[in-house]
Amino acid sequence: MLAFLIRRIAQAAVVMFVISLISFSIQDNLGDPLRELVGQAVSEQERNALREEMGLNDPFLTQYWRFAKKAVQGDLGDSYFFKEPALQVILKKLPATLELVFGATLIIVLLSVPLGVFSAIRPRHWLSKLVMGVSIIGISIPVFLTAILLMYVFAIELGLMPSFGRGELVHVFGYWDSGFFTWDGIKHLILPSIALSSIMLPLFIRLIRSEMMEVLESEYVRYAWAKGLNPKRIYFLHALKNTMLPVITVGGVQIGTMVAYTILTETVFQWPGMGFLFLEAVNRVDTPLIVAYLIVVGAIFVITNTIVDLIYGLVNPTVKLAGKQ
Amino acid sequence: MQSNVKASPSRWAQFKDSHFWHSFKKDKIAIVSFTIFALILSASLLAPVLAPFDPYDLTQVDIMDAEIPPNWQENGDERFVFGTDSQGRDMWSTILYGTRISLMIGVCAVLLQAFLGIVIGLIAGYFGGKVDNFLMRLADIQLSFSTLMVAIIVLAVFQAAFGAELYQELALFMLIMVIGIAEWPQYARTVRATVLAERKKEYVDAARVIGLRSNRIMFRHILPNTLSPVLVISTVQIANAIISEASLSFLGLGMPPSKPSLGSLISSGFEFIFSGSWWITIIPGIVLICLVLVVNLLGDWMRDVLNPKLYKG
Amino acid sequence: MALLEVKNLEVKFGLRSGAVTALRDISFTVDRGQRLGIVGESGAGKSVAAFSILNLLSRPGYISSGEINFDGKNLLKMSPDQLRNVRGNRISMIFQDPMMTLNPVLTVGAQMVECLQAHTRVSKEDARKIALEKLKLVQIPSPEKRLDQYPHELSGGMKQRIIIAIALLLNPDIIIADEPTTALDVTIQAEIMDLLLELCTSQNLGLILITHDLGVVSQVTQQMIVMYAGKIIEQGPTKEIINDAQHPYTQGLINALPQQGVPGERLYQIPGAMPPLQRIPKGCAFHPRCTYAQERCEKEQPDFTISGGCRVACHMVEDMIKQANVPASEEK
Repeated sequence: MLAFLIRRIAQAAVVMFVISLISFSIQDNLGDPLRELVGQAVSEQERNALREEMGLNDPFLTQYWRFAKKAVQGDLGDSYFFKEPALQVILKKLPATLELVFGATLIIVLLSVPLGVFSAIRPRHWLSKLVMGVSIIGISIPVFLTAILLMYVFAIELGLMPSFGRGELVHVFGYWDSGFFTWDGIKHLILPSIALSSIMLPLFIRLIRSEMMEVLESEYVRYAWAKGLNPKRIYFLHALKNTMLPVITVGGVQIGTMVAYTILTETVFQWPGMGFLFLEAVNRVDTPLIVAYLIVVGAIFVITNTIVDLIYGLVNPTVKLAGKQ
Repeated sequence: MQSNVKASPSRWAQFKDSHFWHSFKKDKIAIVSFTIFALILSASLLAPVLAPFDPYDLTQVDIMDAEIPPNWQENGDERFVFGTDSQGRDMWSTILYGTRISLMIGVCAVLLQAFLGIVIGLIAGYFGGKVDNFLMRLADIQLSFSTLMVAIIVLAVFQAAFGAELYQELALFMLIMVIGIAEWPQYARTVRATVLAERKKEYVDAARVIGLRSNRIMFRHILPNTLSPVLVISTVQIANAIISEASLSFLGLGMPPSKPSLGSLISSGFEFIFSGSWWITIIPGIVLICLVLVVNLLGDWMRDVLNPKLYKG
Repeated sequence: MALLEVKNLEVKFGLRSGAVTALRDISFTVDRGQRLGIVGESGAGKSVAAFSILNLLSRPGYISSGEINFDGKNLLKMSPDQLRNVRGNRISMIFQDPMMTLNPVLTVGAQMVECLQAHTRVSKEDARKIALEKLKLVQIPSPEKRLDQYPHELSGGMKQRIIIAIALLLNPDIIIADEPTTALDVTIQAEIMDLLLELCTSQNLGLILITHDLGVVSQVTQQMIVMYAGKIIEQGPTKEIINDAQHPYTQGLINALPQQGVPGERLYQIPGAMPPLQRIPKGCAFHPRCTYAQERCEKEQPDFTISGGCRVACHMVEDMIKQANVPASEEK
């Protein structure tokens, strides 16, 4: 367990180092911080003096070291647009994105397992055929288009659902204003969550189905039948546990894609989360904000991957958490 | 399939007798998908001939024609079957040209992926050892980053660095490069697995014993065997590449509205959806869905028929 | 009536190109304390026969006709629940490859306890006690430790011992063992076979042993069946067949044994290979490889001829017996 933790921390350190390097070079090359600070009406001499004073003429490594030292303390500079610490701006938007991701994950987990398992056990059943048919349509529609179509049908044409924003929020603590506790908040969450899950859900249904069908052909499942076990136990313990191993691995890989999809979904529904903010920052060339976003996303990436690894280790006894497979 | 069609008559006869062709004839979904795909492909290739207007030619566009609904609706205009967009461009012509761009980016990006992946996969599988280890590690790392996420960040940074105008000119090239480079591991892993399986077989040893050079063995003997998994992956990858391109364009990181792909068309119409001009978004959206769907259906069908051993991550 | 009676069993494989017959006209009986060996080359249909007894054929295989009567009831007409109650309880199975048979994500204990709990009302603690007892019976080293281990922590030989222990859990009447030692190291094969034989005799179990190893069959079984291309070609008491095989194929198999060879000379080999199921020749399926083949063998399928305690499907044997009988009857 200790070895696992050390390995994980080392890995996280490497990832964060790479991200910080990328972030720093962005900050170094994009936009001129001086112009942002003092505007155009300053003479060349004054500029140079200021440059020197701010350390902008120092060698790359010195500048990077300064950046990294500050970054470790959580200081990524102020957003040009919001005139606030960039990290703080991002973190304020984090709960909105996390709630959206939570909603989508809930849909994916609750639906993909039963539907995938069912269509593997009864491949010729009409419901399985329907599920597979809808799945292939599902993976063929880009997330943003699903979002637009949902919004067009349910919000604009039918007027059943709100079309943008988070609705009524309840303050929980810190930066966390939650939409979970009001009906209005939940109503605002439904369409974006469905949209966000729209490609992942069919992807996982198909994955679970194909893995499960393969497992059902295995010798140990045939042996379980030969032992005269109850079909429920064979399907949901013997087969499902083995099916979930590759599914968990793929789940880990898909986390990054999920983050990318939040940008799309939030843009369509004007969901006030990190992704929406990031796109605005890109359009405004708000470099500190872009950097802060990258670092927060990197951190999420490392944390979720660690959790996925832990879950995988718990399910698969052949993996000792201490070492490599 | 195309190559077989163009090949000599004996090849054609061979093809007609194959399992591939027989199962194609039996599968209605495959036939319909292929027909629709062929229609979309030829329509986009013939766009300059089929399109009544040239959407890139600003002299043909009149802002007074903006946001005219499709001609089966009230206030429709006979000239514009699918209506016009917010700049007054004919939707039908713009969609034809947009499909062309979407398909081009998808196909070129996948060609790039396949080229990189096959070369790297062959090298890794054939030489094994440290080379293999290093390349597969690299593939793992590459795969653990989401393509779309990487593409968004890279393109966002480039856009910020170049400025919007210069970026718009480079968008086509950038999209192909980013989508093309990000997904090579898919091919590399499968090709490598096939090479490893093939290398164990006798004919490769035999080829080596009679003194064939290693690159000759790779290209003449092993490569043909990787064909069916590569074909299956390619269909899925084209569908994914088209989706990625559309998503990036929708975010404003892809094709500019002046030279729109399906994604940027949908994006430019999105702000007008609230004012009732649904067709600017929905019609290109449906075309996009159809295109991706038939490619995916063909991919599924091909996977069932060819049943190659695909590498699973 | 015998405890297990397989009657005119026929199995087909539904392939894309149409149904292919994998087994035809298989009949045999097994009682408690009786040991039956089924031998043949790979692809002869031995494993298909073994799995069809408990209706465990994997797709696209299915039983197209015949009866499998166990304890007076046809297994093929039972409800899934009734059949489930026979499987693992009264007839248990040992699979070929112990590496693939145990579920990799469940502990040995869990896989033993579940089997007991599927057929009897026992608490988990009692089930573990029975499991431990059986593990001791199969002479596994430090049995207490094994219950909480996962399959990957055990060697192949140990896994097969555990599978034998699972087969014994509910004191079954009959064990079906499908090549139980093929996947093991040569040094361990004999150990496992001895253990199986010893347990069958001490517990008075019926055994159906599927193997390609004639040596093992002659040591372990009392009755045997030789299969070729999905059919029985010779069936009877093991001793009789081993000592005086009638069918040219069985003779070939016995001549191919290393014990039969002259030191320093090449071992005998039956020429040719067994045909795949889709291309079984007309007439006697063995005729293309048979040195005694006549015109008749290419056209007619041979029926069974009774020869001593055995029955043999071969035109030549049929002719020989007729010739032997005709003068005798004429004299009378």
